[in-house]
Parts: sequence; C-alpha cells; structure tokens
Amino acid sequence: MLRDQRFINVLIPIISVILGLLAGAIIMLSFGYNPVEGYGALYEGAFGNSYFMGETFVKVTPLILSGIAVAFAFRTGLFNIGVEGQVFVGWLASVWVGISFESPMIIHLPLAILSAGVAGALWGFVPGFLKAKFGVHEVIVSIMMNYIALYTCNAIIRNVLTDRLDSTDRVADTASLSSQMFYNWTGSRLHWGAIIALALAFVMWFILEKTTKGYELRSVGFNQNASNYAGMNVNRNIVYSFLISGSFAGIAGAMQGLGTYGNMFVQSSFTNIGFDGIAVALLGGNTALGSVFGAFLFGTLKNGAGSMPLVANIPKELVDIIVALIIFFVASGYIIRWALTRFKREGK
Amino acid sequence: MNIIDILLAIIPVTIFYAAPLILTALGGVFSERAGVVNIGLEGLMVMGAFTAIVTNLMMADTLGSFTPYASLLLAAIISGLFAIIHAVASVSFRADQVVSGVAINFLALGVSLFLVQELYGAGQTGQVSRPIYSNDIPILSDIPIIGEMFFTHHVTSYVAVILAFVVWFIIFKTPFGLRLRSVGEHPMAADTNGINVYRTRYIGVILSGVFAGLGGGVFALTITGNFSGATISGQGFMALAAMIFGKWHPLGAMGAAFFFGFAQSLSDVAAGIPLLESIPSVFLLIAPYVLTILALAGFIGRAEAPKAIGTPYIKGSR
Repeated sequence: MLRDQRFINVLIPIISVILGLLAGAIIMLSFGYNPVEGYGALYEGAFGNSYFMGETFVKVTPLILSGIAVAFAFRTGLFNIGVEGQVFVGWLASVWVGISFESPMIIHLPLAILSAGVAGALWGFVPGFLKAKFGVHEVIVSIMMNYIALYTCNAIIRNVLTDRLDSTDRVADTASLSSQMFYNWTGSRLHWGAIIALALAFVMWFILEKTTKGYELRSVGFNQNASNYAGMNVNRNIVYSFLISGSFAGIAGAMQGLGTYGNMFVQSSFTNIGFDGIAVALLGGNTALGSVFGAFLFGTLKNGAGSMPLVANIPKELVDIIVALIIFFVASGYIIRWALTRFKREGK
Repeated sequence: MNIIDILLAIIPVTIFYAAPLILTALGGVFSERAGVVNIGLEGLMVMGAFTAIVTNLMMADTLGSFTPYASLLLAAIISGLFAIIHAVASVSFRADQVVSGVAINFLALGVSLFLVQELYGAGQTGQVSRPIYSNDIPILSDIPIIGEMFFTHHVTSYVAVILAFVVWFIIFKTPFGLRLRSVGEHPMAADTNGINVYRTRYIGVILSGVFAGLGGGVFALTITGNFSGATISGQGFMALAAMIFGKWHPLGAMGAAFFFGFAQSLSDVAAGIPLLESIPSVFLLIAPYVLTILALAGFIGRAEAPKAIGTPYIKGSR
C-alpha cells in the first residue's frame, strides 16, 4: 500500500506534464499548427546547440532556488507566495554589495550572496512573524510584500543607486558569478550560480531530512497541535521556516544580479521567478530533488519557447498556457489519484 | 494652489482609479464569502480587459455607440466562464485554492496574449475607437464645485458604486446571500440544512469572474484603451487587498478601493501640491499594501476572514 502511494505520488506529476503537453498539442492543432514542428522547435530552442543549452541552464538556475524556497515552506505547512518579492530584494542587495566596493573575490562574492540571502530572509520574516504572532494568513501578507518589494526596489535603483537612471552599474568583477570559461564554451550567459543552486538544493534536503530542526519543521507542517504537545515551539518554527525559505529566494535573486545580468534594472512588473517557483515545487512534490527536476522542466519550456515563433511561427505564449495547465493538473492531483485507483480496481 | 483646486485635481482621479478596483473587489467578496480564496482576480481581470478590448475593436463598426457596453457585457460573461476553471479545480477537484488561483493568473495571461498574437500578429492590440468617455450629468454637474467633483465622471464609476450597494443587499439581505455566507463559514452546517454547498460555491466563484471581468473591462476601456501583457499589472491584487482591507464587506471594499484610488491619485498629482511634493512617490505607491498588512495584523481593526475559507468541502468528513 505504501509503495503504491509512493508510486502514485511520482506518477501524478508525470501524468500532469504529459496531459499539459498533450493539451498544448491540441491547441496547436486547432490553430492550424503542426505540433511536431512546434515541439521540435521548442526542443531545438532548449538544447539545439551549446548556446541554447547554456541559456537553458541560466533559466533553470534561479528556478531551482525559488522552487526549493516554496517547497521548504510548503513542507512546514506554509505557503510562501512571497518568493517573488524576496527574489527582488535579494537581487537588489547582491547588486548593492556588488557595486559598492571592491575587495578580494573570496570575501566579496560570498558577502554579496550572503547579503541577498539575508535580505530575502528579512522579507520573509514579516509574513512569518505576523503569522506566528497574530495568526495572520501568510498568503495575503506575502502578496502585499511582493508589491512593496517591487516599488521599493525600483525607487532605490532610481534614487539611491543611480541618479534617476533605469539600471545600476555592473557589479565588480570580484562579486561576479559570470565565467569567461563558460562563455568561451557556449557563448551564453551561463554562470557559476548553477552549481550554487544545486548545492543549496542539497542543503535544503539535508536540513529537512537530516537535522533535528528539519524534523521539527516537518512535524509542524504535519500537525501543529501534536508538535506543540511534543514540546516544540510551533510559532518559532513558523518564523524559522520563513527565514530559511526567504533566504533561498533571496539567493535566487543573487543569481540574476551577480550572474545572469550582472546588474539590476527598474522593472514594470514581476519577473515570475517566484510564481514559477510555486509550479516547480508543486511538480517536484516539495522535495529538493523533485524541485531540481521541476526547475529543469520549466526552464527548458521557457527557454525553448523563444524559438517557437521564429522556427514554427507559433506564439511563444503557448508555453505559458502549457505551464498553467500543468499547475492545474498537479494541483488537482486528487482527481488523477481517484482515476488511477479506479482504473486499477477495474483492471483486477 | 488652494484647497478647492487640490480637491478638484484629486477627487476625479481617485474615482477614476477606484471604479475597476471596486468592481473586482466585489467579485472577490462573492468568492471568498463562499469560502473559496481567489488569488485569480488578477487573471480574471486580464480576461475581462482582453475580451473588452478585442470586442471593441471587432464590433465598433457594427454596434456604433453601443460598443463599449457590449464589450463590457461580453467581458463579464467570458470572465465568468473562465472562472469556472477555478471553481472546478478548487471546489470539485479539491485543489489548493491558492495554487489554482496562481494557475488562473498564468493561464489568463497565456491565453490572452496567445490570442492577441494570433489575431493581430503583435504583442499588443491597437487603440480602441470607442472607449468609455466621461460624461457630465445634466443639471447636477452644473452645481458649482461639487458638480465638477462628483458628477462629471465615467458612467461606469456610478455603476460601480451602485453595484456595491446591490452586492451588499444581495449578501446581507437575501436568502441567497445567507446561503453564500453560510457555506463560507460552516459548510457542513449548511449542508445539513439542505444547502447545496458545491453549487453555492460554484455560483460564488463564477460571480467573482463576472465582476472581475467587468472590472478589467472598465480598466481597459477607461484607462488604457488597448490590451497588452502589461495592461493589468497588479490591479487584481490591489482589489484583493481592498476586499481584505474592507473586511470582506462590499461597502468596506468600496471604501478601501476609494482609499487606494486616492493614494494612487496622490502619487499622480503630488508634483503640483506643496506639502506632497516633498514625499517620495514610492511611499504613496506602497501605501495600499502596507495598510493592508497593518489591517490584517489588527492595528487598524481586526480583519476576520470567513471561517471555512481555503478548505475544500468534502462531504461526510468532520
């Protein structure tokens, strides 16, 4: 039975992805496009040559981090929809440290990444604290914090970091994650952040599965009352969870600031890294390894989409539809599970 | 600039910005009072804005001066239908309502921009030929000062205010409203009393789509005049904030929407006003969100959500 459940838990995301891609194919057919050509273009755009592959990894890197940020909070029974804002403040903090001074790389780079983590954690602290202290639902506070982050970061870029310009200076070389070696290989913006993201996914797994604190956090996620009865401080664990989740999200911002772009610019709307993180975590069953796979899938889809209009003349927005449908299918896991068990019973 | 001039500058802009927020927030009241969280208001507004603009562009020649109203009607219908997806996922399939709402936002943007690419081969539509213009109300607008402040607006702004009272009446004074609130507070008790919890929640969610679609349509036809990916950028979430700041009450939501509109108009007109000039505009931009957080934390009167919000109702479970 347990094995069965486990099997079904892995099966649901896979079925969801297949259903999502199938729906995408149906949409292409009904608008008179050739799905084989469409998905072929998507594949080429994601893996066709070393440049595209590099850029795919550039897309995957922050998604791994935003994915594990959402997943970590989910495991504690919390919904961190504020990853988006935490990415913004992390991005800003890393760039701020990156452009403000120069020092040896061994100090500067870790400091820039760390400050991104701290900024993200601070932004995550607000919903966590309000939830723990006043019982305020974290979702709404997080959403509000997203907008506060967006407008505040824009204002700081315009008025503090620059003199009414739309983008900051580039970060100093000593704080940059970008790599000449990767550039020579691929010609893409591929940077060292990919390794940091994978390492932090491991850290997330380690904290949750191998430490006492992680056990407490998961326990709070399962049953707050039981955890409380066992002597755990539920409220403190809620705040911890948001701090850790927020710092992962903040570092996702550092990937953009120190790696992909090397600066920060005024943005009119969200980057969607945080919202995509929800999809990633959901698809990955809120595990570290699952999130890495999820990030890989969505990063591939997003980067491959860029080639669809050029090669197959299909609007790239199709991929957004597919992603949204995959989220629906995974979220509606109950009905897939129901169909699977029914199917099995009839098969016997 | 004297005080009258300042008011004359601020009040019309406030009402102008508030109208779409009021409509969308009313939609949120319907859904959340029925116990279904609706983060998807943003996406439903996107659908509304998209439908209104495309209808307007396509039908302007045949429908003439009736075009904007037909556009709004269709926007409400299409968004209402679109909201069914959220209802199916979160009511029938027991999906996490917040996740489903996030998916609605993605889907709305994906579908609308995909169709805009299909129809116009570009990332945005052209400008509509028949937007909604502001109108002077005869006689009332001739009253000095007050007339200019309150009776020279878009007809949709008056409709939004009237609808707020209508929704208040529906939710608090009719049997349907009582049922809607009961499935949001205690679905099992409601079920025991013979109320169809699923159907009532479906109606709540669909109505939220209708109102949010109207809000999106009004926003597009009064403020932007075209549709692109950036047309609706956060208005849905601001409406959500207004609904919470207004404590899940239609009239409270309207008050909050006016207040948010006021904050936005201040950041627009601040440049000409002596005292406000010195305040960085970012403080006015983030004011609605900060205030919502403070309201939730209980610093500005406690905001209490419907009890059963966010939990799918499973028949037979306790």
